[in-house]
Amino acid sequence: MEDQIMISFFVLLPLVAFLLSLLIPEGHETSFSRLAFTSVSLQLLGVTGYILYWVSSGMHPVNIRELEIYNNGNYQFLLDFYFDTLTGVYLWVGAFITFLITRYSRFYMHLEEGYKRYFNTLLFFYLAYNVTVVAGNFETLFIGWEMLGIASFLLIAFYRDRYLPVRNAVKVFSIYRIGDIGIILAMWASHHLWHENITFIKLLDGDLVSEQMSAHGGIGLFIAVCLGIAAAAKSAQFPFSSWLPRAMEGPTPSSAIFYGSLSVHFGVFLLLRTFPFWEHHLMARILIAGLGLLTALLAYPIARVQTTIKTQIAYASIAQIGIMFIEIALGLQTLVLIHFAGNAFLRTYQLLVSPSVVAYMIRDQFYHFKPKPIRLEDSISKRLAYSLYILSLKEWNLDTMLNVLVFKPIKRLGRKLDFLTPKNLLQYFLPFYLLGLVLYFNQGVIPEIIQYYIPGLFGFLGLMMVFKAFSERNHPRLALMLVMANHFWIALAVSFNETFDYNQTLIYLSGVVLAGGTGYWILNRLRKKEKDYFDLNQYYGHVYEHPRLALIFLLAALGLMGFPISPTFIGVDLLFSHIDENQYVLAAFNAISFIFGGIALIRIYARLFLGPHIKNYHTTALKSS
Amino acid sequence: MAHRVSSGMDHVIHELAHYLPAQSPLKDFVHHNTLHAFQRLPFHEALHEAAENFGFKVYWNLEKYRAQFHEKKINAEILRRVIIAHKGADDLAHWTNRLLHQPLSDYAEPRVGQIRKLWRKAYNLNLDKEVHQTLFRLVSSYLDQGIAIWKFPAKTNGLLAAVRELEKNSYCTFIKSERARKLLLNTHTQLEDLLQLLVGNDKYHGQYLFDQQFAHPGWSGMVAVLEQNESSLLDKRKICLKDLIFLECLLEIDALDRRRGDQWGALADWIPTDLPLLFEKSRYSEFFEVHKLWQEALEWTYYDQVIRGLQLSHEADFKKTAAFQAMFCIDDRCCSIRRYVERFEPEAQTFGTAGFFNLPFYFRPEHGKFMTKVCPAPVTPRHLIKETESKIRHEKDAHFSKHTKGIFGGWAISQTMGFWSALKMVKSIFFPSETPAMVSSFKHMDPKGKLSVACNNPKKLHQGLQVGFTLEEMADAIEGLLKSIGLVKDFAPLIYIIGHGASSVNNTHYAGYDCGACSGRSGSVNARVAASIGNNPEVRKMLTERGIIIPETTQFVGGLHDTTKDEMEFYDEELLLKVNILLHERNRQTFDTALDYNAKERSRRFHTVDSSQDARKVHEKVKKRAMSLFVTRPEWNHATNALCVIGKRENNRHLFLDKRAFLNSYDHRIDPEGSYLFGILKAVAPVCGGINLEYYFSKVDNDRLGAGSKLPHNVMGLIGVANGMDGDLRTGLPLQMVNIHDPLRILITVEHYPDVVLKTIKIHEQTYEWFFNDWVKLVCIHPDSKKAFVYKEGAFAEYHPVTQTIEAIHNLDALLASTAENLPVYQIS
Repeated sequence: MEDQIMISFFVLLPLVAFLLSLLIPEGHETSFSRLAFTSVSLQLLGVTGYILYWVSSGMHPVNIRELEIYNNGNYQFLLDFYFDTLTGVYLWVGAFITFLITRYSRFYMHLEEGYKRYFNTLLFFYLAYNVTVVAGNFETLFIGWEMLGIASFLLIAFYRDRYLPVRNAVKVFSIYRIGDIGIILAMWASHHLWHENITFIKLLDGDLVSEQMSAHGGIGLFIAVCLGIAAAAKSAQFPFSSWLPRAMEGPTPSSAIFYGSLSVHFGVFLLLRTFPFWEHHLMARILIAGLGLLTALLAYPIARVQTTIKTQIAYASIAQIGIMFIEIALGLQTLVLIHFAGNAFLRTYQLLVSPSVVAYMIRDQFYHFKPKPIRLEDSISKRLAYSLYILSLKEWNLDTMLNVLVFKPIKRLGRKLDFLTPKNLLQYFLPFYLLGLVLYFNQGVIPEIIQYYIPGLFGFLGLMMVFKAFSERNHPRLALMLVMANHFWIALAVSFNETFDYNQTLIYLSGVVLAGGTGYWILNRLRKKEKDYFDLNQYYGHVYEHPRLALIFLLAALGLMGFPISPTFIGVDLLFSHIDENQYVLAAFNAISFIFGGIALIRIYARLFLGPHIKNYHTTALKSS
Repeated sequence: MAHRVSSGMDHVIHELAHYLPAQSPLKDFVHHNTLHAFQRLPFHEALHEAAENFGFKVYWNLEKYRAQFHEKKINAEILRRVIIAHKGADDLAHWTNRLLHQPLSDYAEPRVGQIRKLWRKAYNLNLDKEVHQTLFRLVSSYLDQGIAIWKFPAKTNGLLAAVRELEKNSYCTFIKSERARKLLLNTHTQLEDLLQLLVGNDKYHGQYLFDQQFAHPGWSGMVAVLEQNESSLLDKRKICLKDLIFLECLLEIDALDRRRGDQWGALADWIPTDLPLLFEKSRYSEFFEVHKLWQEALEWTYYDQVIRGLQLSHEADFKKTAAFQAMFCIDDRCCSIRRYVERFEPEAQTFGTAGFFNLPFYFRPEHGKFMTKVCPAPVTPRHLIKETESKIRHEKDAHFSKHTKGIFGGWAISQTMGFWSALKMVKSIFFPSETPAMVSSFKHMDPKGKLSVACNNPKKLHQGLQVGFTLEEMADAIEGLLKSIGLVKDFAPLIYIIGHGASSVNNTHYAGYDCGACSGRSGSVNARVAASIGNNPEVRKMLTERGIIIPETTQFVGGLHDTTKDEMEFYDEELLLKVNILLHERNRQTFDTALDYNAKERSRRFHTVDSSQDARKVHEKVKKRAMSLFVTRPEWNHATNALCVIGKRENNRHLFLDKRAFLNSYDHRIDPEGSYLFGILKAVAPVCGGINLEYYFSKVDNDRLGAGSKLPHNVMGLIGVANGMDGDLRTGLPLQMVNIHDPLRILITVEHYPDVVLKTIKIHEQTYEWFFNDWVKLVCIHPDSKKAFVYKEGAFAEYHPVTQTIEAIHNLDALLASTAENLPVYQIS
């Protein structure tokens, strides 16, 4: 019972603090900082106390079935909390660093426009952090995971009236979401593997795990790879590394807490959390160690050539996390935890004092300067050195690579559908969809072989809708409708699978319709007000004049993308449980369209509402600044 | 460009360099007029032109002015006067209506950027996105002063040559297109060739370069500055703007080739014939007229009280023999500490003068590998002062060590020192104290060290500089100093010469907080050297011959005031005579109390400190702030500055000027011809004017002329700050330095006869430009009649203030503790 109260408290307290912080009006600096500081101090005390208690009572992992959100007999969505050494360490380090940062920010942010927004986001982040850390099953973890993504987006785009932060926020958000494909697929596969939403505590049962694994080796590896991708994206490992330095656009303490210490170590967390699951899989261990090694080897020279202090710290940290991946793969759990905590503290502090580097290094140079020797001889080694230098300066093309391999082809695909406009969308969509429905109700007449391909085909149609939404340049409303349309296609596609009832579709689509409708309404209003500045070709910064519309649209977009505030979220999970074990393609289509739908929506939000304001009656920053 | 179509590339680049921001690397940050390139024009015209061409916001928002008017911070009567003066009495109603009710409108689209924007229209390409990242990285790697652990590997005697060498000798390249590579590697390629490819019509080549460089004014400006002034980098780099432009053009060609293959051509065909040309004559604009009138009204509302205050002299009250005399820097931050010194020792006399104390030299601390200039930026000293027997050692901080960035080092360090960092973090957040990371004004020089003040052998030069001063030079310097501040008789037993500096941590702009007259360094060495020269018996002898008789028992004492922590230290106290030791002890107590109260007064602007507490307590908190990592405003530096008062202290000692005034002591009776006045004005106009205008522009357009919020700043190569990893360098002042500043031009008041002043300002053309073009306002107070004369378009005209009485304030402390706002002028009673 104490366990339940305490562990729930670790989530509820940040939740309450976050909700309260929304209520405090702008301009009350002291109230914000007091609220944040008090709640995080309490949390730190609570966590410390509980850890002591837990250690003294024998360090047995604790699992708590917190709240059943949905249950239809064979599917159950359960909020589940879990506490073990890993939870303890992450909880404490998180509470400790957040405690310091809230205190720090109280003064640092003084007089800054967006003080409220900063503390709201910080508390939201902290809530997400705790949800993820105490999560006892994949579903709960995923809730926290998604919240982390949004919190990151909001903090990177904290200076939303400048171009680069907004662009980078969208970029980081996109990479995060790509990583999320991994986690969704891992959830899907593990659901089929265990025939239930497995809790992490069950993974401790070594016999159970190894029995399942030996029976389903392939799917086990698949899950491990998916988790590896998710972890690599979150922890800025190869090939995703380039997002981390680009995320350092917010106020320094927020960069320190997010990207210096807490957020960036979530890949490590995920791997540790799921370690019992893949530890018997040699291949998985080799892959993960290899990934870490490769990252460390790439990040090391990149860090060495960086001329900006924050970027240098970012790459140095990435290299250390690479080593942590190796340590995990080697099974050195305790070492990893020590390494994590040390690295988190070190990088946080290094980022906090980063502005001091000028005075410190200049003074150091003043007293100890030695000119460096230049190599003049023409040799292979010099050529290699130059090449390595240039490659490192270019970050091994990691940044452009993702763009070329992932985003550009998708845009090109999407452009193939340029004939769609807001006006004619329904003309195309309705007949096709009706046809789909007709087929659905007459499944008997369709030959089996076709029936087999139908879900995949509909999934593909949905996917194309999303790609078009993602690449749309002119019509924001079209892009929004396309994302909605995608959900409808997915629902239909999955309906073709057995034992599917309308209630579940209803849960799923109710969220889509409500959120989508609200979003559409907002866009319409904005269009009426800002006719000349309404497309997706550039950033317009309408939040300057229409902050309220911006906020409502953001909420609507979150709802539509299946963020855990709308029923769509449960619906998504539910739908995935109906995708059969062998429908890899459909699962992949759905996962990708789910992810890119989110990116497309955030892109609409960013382009219309964020960035330098298009109107020129007040000061705006240069694009390059 | 309109008026120089045919002129060559070099001329265009020269012009370009002139218009780019002229900000030195961080360590040499010195305030200057942000729009110095427009100084040839009258202020308002210049602003108009700058806005039209470069898209800067040059005035406050209309709403701001109106709010000030409704809060009575702009006086209605003054507004009326301003409108009549500029528009005539007939149009008063019309213009008043415009000012108060004209709807807000957009600034016109700037002319710069119009050509280059066409790339997007023509080929749907965002060239900035393609080029900037690579360009910034190359330049910043080349210029890096020590952040990168792996230094730029090629030779550094030219950016282009270095890039060429890299590209030639590497298996991996930045420039991919064959054509661009050929152009790069062929040393005969001219910039014109590249422009021919890109633009294809030499009528527009110049303007294209403006477009290109003003897309990233930070880096371009830095390169232009370094081209002129190599010595501002300790790790030397040769670089020129032309190389940067050449490289950027190449990268553009490369990007176009990569993206469009041979499907692209020069922009010329896309350029509309009616394209607005840069620097074309700007047209009359009511928009700017309205702003101009508001600006004048805002300024004169404040000036008016000051002028009235200066007319109400209380000179007679202060004619007593002095208990001690103290020289401070002209700096506006000394304005309040002097007021407190005089309050707690009414018989003290204080003086203000430029804080290098008439002693321009380089200083080389012991163990230093370089020399550092400690005099106003435009002066080139011929002397060097060396320090010996210094005990100061600078502590190291492992958090800046390169080993933390490696694989194994990082591995070992994060698991060990990482936990130490956690403790340090707790300590620095809850119990701030001195750390190696901070900048302290007291560390500039070791008080126990020896300085080579006297020159033993004028023939022996050290790197072209004479080590120490000869007797003659010393006497000249000290005579000049004393005469310019009007201290030639009635010497007190102790004369303090107090420089100033600042302490802060996590402050990239730290150099801007130190003494501007010492090139952004602490003024301790200058103060100590000046005192030492003043005490030199042989110098005294020479001074006696020149009519300045300093009693033998009078001693000079050098000192340093740390304006952030409000602490003082004094130098060579062991040389004091026995009689003076006691006096000095007493004076120190006066200084200490004054420092407490000064800190208390400053704290009212800090918001996060309770200002109403006991002075000593508040002072402790203020000291702590200076060492706190999270304090973004350790002090307000020059914020709110608006005045420069040149005249006898007795004539302004009765006024409360709220730390807004630069105070320069000057006695016209010693200088009837105005020759010392000339020296003062020649320094004051560019230095105080420069500070003032930098604050002005950073305030009105913090996004383009200022550096924006410093909270996300990222240090680049130790030379500048940028946002994020790929941003342009930010120039100007960060938002955190100007929050409380009101954008007012500086008013310089001189106590002398108008004809002498007029003659004096006209001597030196560059100085005269400041006044003639209205970049600073000048008022002359007639020493006898106390009549005020305003300088306007080449002549002085009498001014009758609207303000009649200046309120006398009885309980200043209570008033100060009660508000964080700017305060009007009061008489201190």
